[in-house]
Amino acid sequence: MNAPAPETWIEVRPKGLYCRPGDFYVDPARPVARAVVTHGHADHARPDNEAVLATPETMAIMKVRYGERAGASLESLAFGERREVGGVSLSLVPAGHVLGSAQAVLEWRGSRVVVSGDYKRRADPTCPPFEPIPCDAFVTEATFGLPVFRHPPDDGEIAKLLTSLETFPERAHLVGAYGLGKAQRVIALLRAAGYERPLYLHGALLRLCELYQELGVALPGLVPVAEVDAKTLPGEIVLAPPSALNDRWSRRLPEPVTAMASGWMGVRARARQRGAELPLVISDHADWDELTRTLEEVGAGEIWVTHGNEEALVHYAGTRGWRARALALVGRGEEEQEQEAAP
Amino acid sequence: MKAFATLLDRLAFTPGRNGKLKLMADYFAGEGDPARGYGLAALTGELAFTGAKPALIRAIVETRVDPVLFAWSYDFVGDLAETAALIWPSRPGANRPPELPEVVTRLARAGRSEVPGLLEGWLDGLDATGRWALLKLITGGLRVGVSARLAKTALARLGDQPVAEIEEVWHGLQPPYEDLFAWLEGRAPRPTVDPRRAFRPLMLAQPLEESELAALAPDQFRAEWKWDGIRVQLSAGPASRRLFSRSGDDIGGAFPDILEAANFDGVLDGELLVLRDGQVAPFNDLQQRLNRKTVSAKLLAKHPAHIRLYDLLFEGPEDLRPLSFALRRARLEAWYDNTKPARMDLSAEIPFASWEELAALRAGARAGGIEGLMVKRADSPYLAGRPKGHWFKWKRDALTADCVLMYAQRGHGKRSSFYSDYTFGAWRDGEGGDELVPVGKAYFGFTDEELKQLDKWVRDNTTERFGPVRAVAPGLVLEVAFDAVQRSARHKSGLALRFPRIHRIRWDKPVAEAERVETLAGWIEG
Repeated sequence: MNAPAPETWIEVRPKGLYCRPGDFYVDPARPVARAVVTHGHADHARPDNEAVLATPETMAIMKVRYGERAGASLESLAFGERREVGGVSLSLVPAGHVLGSAQAVLEWRGSRVVVSGDYKRRADPTCPPFEPIPCDAFVTEATFGLPVFRHPPDDGEIAKLLTSLETFPERAHLVGAYGLGKAQRVIALLRAAGYERPLYLHGALLRLCELYQELGVALPGLVPVAEVDAKTLPGEIVLAPPSALNDRWSRRLPEPVTAMASGWMGVRARARQRGAELPLVISDHADWDELTRTLEEVGAGEIWVTHGNEEALVHYAGTRGWRARALALVGRGEEEQEQEAAP
Repeated sequence: MKAFATLLDRLAFTPGRNGKLKLMADYFAGEGDPARGYGLAALTGELAFTGAKPALIRAIVETRVDPVLFAWSYDFVGDLAETAALIWPSRPGANRPPELPEVVTRLARAGRSEVPGLLEGWLDGLDATGRWALLKLITGGLRVGVSARLAKTALARLGDQPVAEIEEVWHGLQPPYEDLFAWLEGRAPRPTVDPRRAFRPLMLAQPLEESELAALAPDQFRAEWKWDGIRVQLSAGPASRRLFSRSGDDIGGAFPDILEAANFDGVLDGELLVLRDGQVAPFNDLQQRLNRKTVSAKLLAKHPAHIRLYDLLFEGPEDLRPLSFALRRARLEAWYDNTKPARMDLSAEIPFASWEELAALRAGARAGGIEGLMVKRADSPYLAGRPKGHWFKWKRDALTADCVLMYAQRGHGKRSSFYSDYTFGAWRDGEGGDELVPVGKAYFGFTDEELKQLDKWVRDNTTERFGPVRAVAPGLVLEVAFDAVQRSARHKSGLALRFPRIHRIRWDKPVAEAERVETLAGWIEG
């Protein structure tokens, strides 16, 4: 028996990517009856769905972020477990993006579709690495889907920050990092580089850092910046959500060097727009080489590109002779702009 | 190359002067010879490569990269050198990263046909930051916010020397400046340079506070008009003729007419102007001649350059700088009578008996198209820098106009959390009635307390955001002070304000009563 073509059982609906035989959505943009959520960022995990299925870590993150509104009925599925939903076999496989991030592997009548959510391929001390799963259709992001995005090695970027501390010991170093994933990764990378001073945190980062620690990610030596006298901060590292970098909050710090940890920092105009004095190219999304390598490895006959520079990645797939198209999904990529408030 | 690339990368993002100085001083102290000398030459604009044009870089990249992806990437990044640096597909192990001296010396010797091969090999060996620095270096636009003066100031810190001492020897030295570093590090005496090639740091004036006048005796001072051009130093002798800007940049290439006229042996201080039929042309006319490497015959004829002489620093080999201003002035006049150089005249002295008399003359400066007065102590030697109490500039009173705040942009460094750069506009007739058009931008003139109030007002009255810029509802009048109104093709209003600053914040004034563009246009000089 021939396996059904992927587009006959997975479709784009106004609320998001829909699996017809399983009657569920993956990362729906608006509330639905049954949702599979790949990871906890707000453009993938939204509140007010009825039944939600995700990894235990993602579920914990959603509870912290949304409380009662995380979903009416919550079901965890650990990596390596399998769950039948309306004849569709569903499993979650690490995506290497942030803690709990998963690819949703959907199998129906011999056809396999992998919805990878957001992912990266390089090592991250705060979450298990991406596992490439051979499939018939691979749904990929393309946040950094242009060949100008080639993220340099993390240790070099961390070294830049540590060198700057030596150059400007009289100035606090304020590092802008997204509250879920990036902040914890920067902390872990600094510790791995042997940095032993306390790390000071903006209030908005505290709760998720605590949660990471509860879930077994070691993040030692964190101090809420609100608890210390700003006069003691010259030469210290303070982490804050990007929205706080150039805002009134930062005025109390002693002449801060404003650093920003993001994949966008590789492009100078973006870094300047952010007002970053020390741009650190540290990304939780695959860069161009990681994207193209992944497409190669999963060997999918169909590549569906969700958000970012889908045009360029589709073009590239074409030059390789792979079938690829852009999916018009609404509401993706918004976590980048998210104005993070204290939870 | 790595240390140099890292330096450029950090300089490009470091807004503050002190931060830049620290980064450069660390580089000069940490990097060895001859690499740091070539780094210094790059920062001070002393290196020029002709063989590597943007089109060549594009062509090299297109041999390696899909043209469609390259075009989309260029659209996204917006800068050719940066796009090329980022998109270059590295071949690990294809080459070793080149050192800066190697790049400079090989490129200087390379024939046109050899350049692409050299570049390709170097791009293979470098990382993205290194590739960016290489491409910026060879295309001649570092744009990292460092002037030659600032780089020399960092050197001065390294050697604990006054920057004037470095300026004195600078123009006699060549990259990679090993003798200069040896002196600054105390390993060798100060390099001796041919005095004809040297630049002598200029003596500058302080602004005159009118309250100070009472304490000064008028008979101990001399006065001249303050001409509206740029201060220059003309150094001429049998071996070379050079024209330096105030900061020591050699601008002779743009002024062959002046160099041709300098058929004498001496060093002069004066104001560079465009002069037609004895009349000083507006500053804009001079600007057409500045910042050029070469100049066309047509421009030479249309915008003839002239120097109005202020001072004589050397006559032949004799250094006159220790003499008093009165003696130097007498020597200048005698020298001028003997030499009668073309394209030069003397800045006339203005006789006066009292400060009141001088003040009355100053009041007429605007009508005469003159910037103001210079007041110089008769017994002052010629001192480098801006020594206190010797020379004063007494500028004509500023003009003021009430303008409406239109946009505010975040500042840099300490001001990065404040909306501190203000674009203001004036009214004109639009299709649907009166409309505001921008006439200028200012970011100083207010106190820290006023900055807080302005910042709050901007946040409370924002209508749109464009990255670091906010548009605000028309609701706040700023009294802007400025020196002059100039025609400008670059601005929608057709005019630009010279030296604008925020004079007062008119919280009380309704925006409808702000100035009209036509009124400002009526103040255009020349």
